[in-house]
Amino acid sequence: MKTRRDFLATTGAGAAALLAGCHRASATYPGSIVGASSAIGHRLRDGTFPTPSETIETKVVIVGGGISGLAVARRLDHHGMREFLLLELEHEAGGNAASGRNAVSAYPWGAHYVPLPNEESTEVLALFEELGLTRGRGTNGAPIFDEESLCSDPLERLFDAGRWQEGLLPQIGITDADRRQYEAFFTRMVQFRDRRGSDGRPAFTIPLDLSSRDPELLALDRITMAEWLRTQHFDSVPLLWHVDYCCRDDYGAGIAHVSAWAGVHYFASRRGRAANADPDAVVTWPEGNGWLAHQLAAPLRERLRGGYVVFNIEQNGEDVFVDAFDLARERSVRHRARGVVCAAPRFVAQRIVRGLSPTSGLEYSPWMVANITVDTLPGGNGAALAWDNVARASASLGYVVATHQDITLVPQQSVLTHYWPLDVVDPRDARQQAIARTHREWCDLIVADLVQIHPGIEEHIQNIDVWLWGHGMIRPVPGFIWGEERARMLPPHGAVVFAHSDMSGISIFEEAFTRGTHAADSLLPLLA
Amino acid sequence: MHDRGLRLLLLASVFTIATCGLIYELIAGTIASYLLGDSVLQFSTVIGVYLFAMGIGSWLSRYVEKNLLGVFIQVEFLIALFGGSAAAGLFALFAYVSSFRVLLYAIVLIIGTLVGLEIPLLLRLLEGRLQFKDLISKVFTFDYIGALLASLLFPLVLVPYCGVARSGFLFGILNGVVGLIALWALWDQVPRARLLRLSGLAVLALLITGFAFSERIMTWSEAAAYGEDVIFAKSTPYQRITITRRDDDMRLYLNGNLQFSTRDEYRYHESLIHPGLSRLPHARHVLVLGGGDGLAVREILRYPQIENVTLVDLDPAMTRLFSTQEMLTVLNRGALTAPRVHVINGDAFAWLRANREVFDFIVADFPDPSNFSIGKLYSTAFYQRAKTALAENGAMVIQCTSPFVARKSFWCIDETLHACGLVTEPYHAYVPSFGEWGYILASPRPLSRDFELPGGLRFLDQGNLVSLFEFPPDMARVSTDINRLNNQALVRYFEIEWARYSRQ
Repeated sequence: MKTRRDFLATTGAGAAALLAGCHRASATYPGSIVGASSAIGHRLRDGTFPTPSETIETKVVIVGGGISGLAVARRLDHHGMREFLLLELEHEAGGNAASGRNAVSAYPWGAHYVPLPNEESTEVLALFEELGLTRGRGTNGAPIFDEESLCSDPLERLFDAGRWQEGLLPQIGITDADRRQYEAFFTRMVQFRDRRGSDGRPAFTIPLDLSSRDPELLALDRITMAEWLRTQHFDSVPLLWHVDYCCRDDYGAGIAHVSAWAGVHYFASRRGRAANADPDAVVTWPEGNGWLAHQLAAPLRERLRGGYVVFNIEQNGEDVFVDAFDLARERSVRHRARGVVCAAPRFVAQRIVRGLSPTSGLEYSPWMVANITVDTLPGGNGAALAWDNVARASASLGYVVATHQDITLVPQQSVLTHYWPLDVVDPRDARQQAIARTHREWCDLIVADLVQIHPGIEEHIQNIDVWLWGHGMIRPVPGFIWGEERARMLPPHGAVVFAHSDMSGISIFEEAFTRGTHAADSLLPLLA
Repeated sequence: MHDRGLRLLLLASVFTIATCGLIYELIAGTIASYLLGDSVLQFSTVIGVYLFAMGIGSWLSRYVEKNLLGVFIQVEFLIALFGGSAAAGLFALFAYVSSFRVLLYAIVLIIGTLVGLEIPLLLRLLEGRLQFKDLISKVFTFDYIGALLASLLFPLVLVPYCGVARSGFLFGILNGVVGLIALWALWDQVPRARLLRLSGLAVLALLITGFAFSERIMTWSEAAAYGEDVIFAKSTPYQRITITRRDDDMRLYLNGNLQFSTRDEYRYHESLIHPGLSRLPHARHVLVLGGGDGLAVREILRYPQIENVTLVDLDPAMTRLFSTQEMLTVLNRGALTAPRVHVINGDAFAWLRANREVFDFIVADFPDPSNFSIGKLYSTAFYQRAKTALAENGAMVIQCTSPFVARKSFWCIDETLHACGLVTEPYHAYVPSFGEWGYILASPRPLSRDFELPGGLRFLDQGNLVSLFEFPPDMARVSTDINRLNNQALVRYFEIEWARYSRQ
């Protein structure tokens, strides 16, 4: 409840701070670069781990505690198959749904929402019902969502030409031509959404593998989104910005990099409905999808083992050996299991699964995610603070307010989760640059980005933690989703079954969860 | 020092002392009329008590026999301390003492007595240094000129530019300086001069700190914005609480929005409580969400069968103010400290989430849904939580802004309650300071039509009660969206409707 006077005072102070800032060297902020044990991960590449000094017997080992690995565990539990261990590199499960917590709020380190699931996403819908996120169906047949988990209004705002507007489609200063192209573009996307391919399947859906194989549609996978837009005569600058933004948001790479099939999929695959929300609603929590990860991990208890680097998976007759380095005890442990689900990213899987031929054409988008603790909620002219706050002129994706879902009044302190896909240069170079930067250098970049939209915010920052995702998410470059390489990633390797959203070519909760569930289903017969 | 110089110094002190003395009197009078209203009465009684106290001081001066100079300087320091900090102290304590008048007149008495000591002591100090007729003539001349200066300075310069509290400190400092100069000039004639100097400097340091840090309680701009005298203002972590007074009309504002006027708040609060509660003879347990002023609770306590009232208000500063401040506890009849009432400071939504108790009557008396945070307290999510806290044969009443100004907003709340499976009875009442105001009764089952009003009401009676439920065509139902956390439809309606209204 900011009064107008407070607001004027803040902006005045902000302007003064900006002027002062011209002469000031970069400030240091408390915080550190946390998470993603890249140093340990790199040891995998160099392959220096001691030989195992003990052996543990179990039925199943799940390698990787991201959403797909957790989905495997949940499914095995449901089948009454409780004799398994889940080995995770980090100390906590979550993968891309990792999250953190400080005195102010819980906050996400990666994925932070799930859109309304499609009816085809049966596994996700079942999970939502189980977790109480949906409770039955409304009069329109759609699920009734838990209102406190649905993202509160206002959802998004965009900073453009010096002020904020609601929504992420630019509206300030657009021409009639832009408006016509907006309309034409979204009409095309609705047509794609409602279209069925020659095989009768929906043109684009989630899970992605249920999409139509109509050659006319799959042809979109051979060109970039930018090329497709060009051939369709979409050249409105604000429209192209918006589409590029959306691709970067979901894939960590823009329209020049991702395939047109992936680009269209973003806009045309979602047909989820709710009895009590608009179709474009999403569910979210302060810790983002970390909430879902915690729900899935909670029943596992001691069967979930964090701080284990799995460096070797090999078939041995009827058994599979899983060799892992226990970071806490600094020794290697061999697990002898009847079956294994490898729920690690593919670039890791092909290093550790003995005899697995490497997949070519894997590209991963590197990301930087920062959690910024502030003592005052950011303001701005034109539109009120939203959940997702984006600046059109920024190379980052903007920030999400971790306390947005808080139902209590006036929490002035908050945590802003700042997302930044490092897609300006080639991923390999971006990774090297990212890892070379110090905490202070990252803070300078982050604050410089935020000051553009919130002059004076540097005075309100209490802490900045930074997480570098070297291989943040699979990048759906042309030819990847519907090419041969992805198809070769799907089948099991002996008694090693795979589960990861890499196998879908897009990194989203629904794909990871469905892959995990199906992997568990296909593992069970192998155990019999 | 030459005798002439000393004479001049002492006469200059008469001038300063006279100015300061009158300033303290004016400050006390201003604060009294400001905080308590009725300026003629307040000024008269304060001046009367002050002059009487000066009489006491003059009489007491006869008992000072030795060390005249030392006592004079001590008196200067004491006046500096009490006179200088009186205004700030009275403002600060206004909200927290149960009997403000006792405190006010005690302070006036102390300052008056001390000021009354000054002139007789000075006369005696100058005695022998001047001829009697010159002495009397000079002392009183300077005294009255000082008074004139004070009476012009106070309204024209001090109050507008310094504020009352800071003016007090400023003149306290002057008083202290007079004492210190006298001490410095007559150092050899004063016993224990060092100790005196130390105490003088300590008082001065205190006053200077006060001057530097005293919040300008009634900032000029704020008072101007209200067009009424601001008698209390405080920024809490949650809101700015402001109480104003003009004649016998006291008003509470939260963040600049009017919450009640003492002239007609009974209309608002009777209408909030009785149309619902008078139909629930079985009601024993009542929950009030918001309503930290205790006025809704006052109405609830009219029903002897109510066993307990739980009040959940976010802001402890608000409930403390309305539990302790005399004028406010008179207004709410001590509702917040009544044995049947249990006050909890917490967020209503968060509290409801954790609550397992069931209530027969729930009152949601929140500020209007003017922003997204408050809009959440009018959402389906909130009403679902409230519904689980409501007895099957109970009822909930919601203050719902003006159905005349914000017609869509009003009916949107009704629609939202329907969406939660509640039966509603919308109604409205005319509250002059607010305009046409709306309320909605919501219950799991239809309520009985038997109203059993308690005695002592000033607005509602059996005759006019039924008419509250009738809506003329200009406020009749319109179709709206349901207000959900994920669409905040209400805040959007409210913004448009009130913006349109305030432009007119």
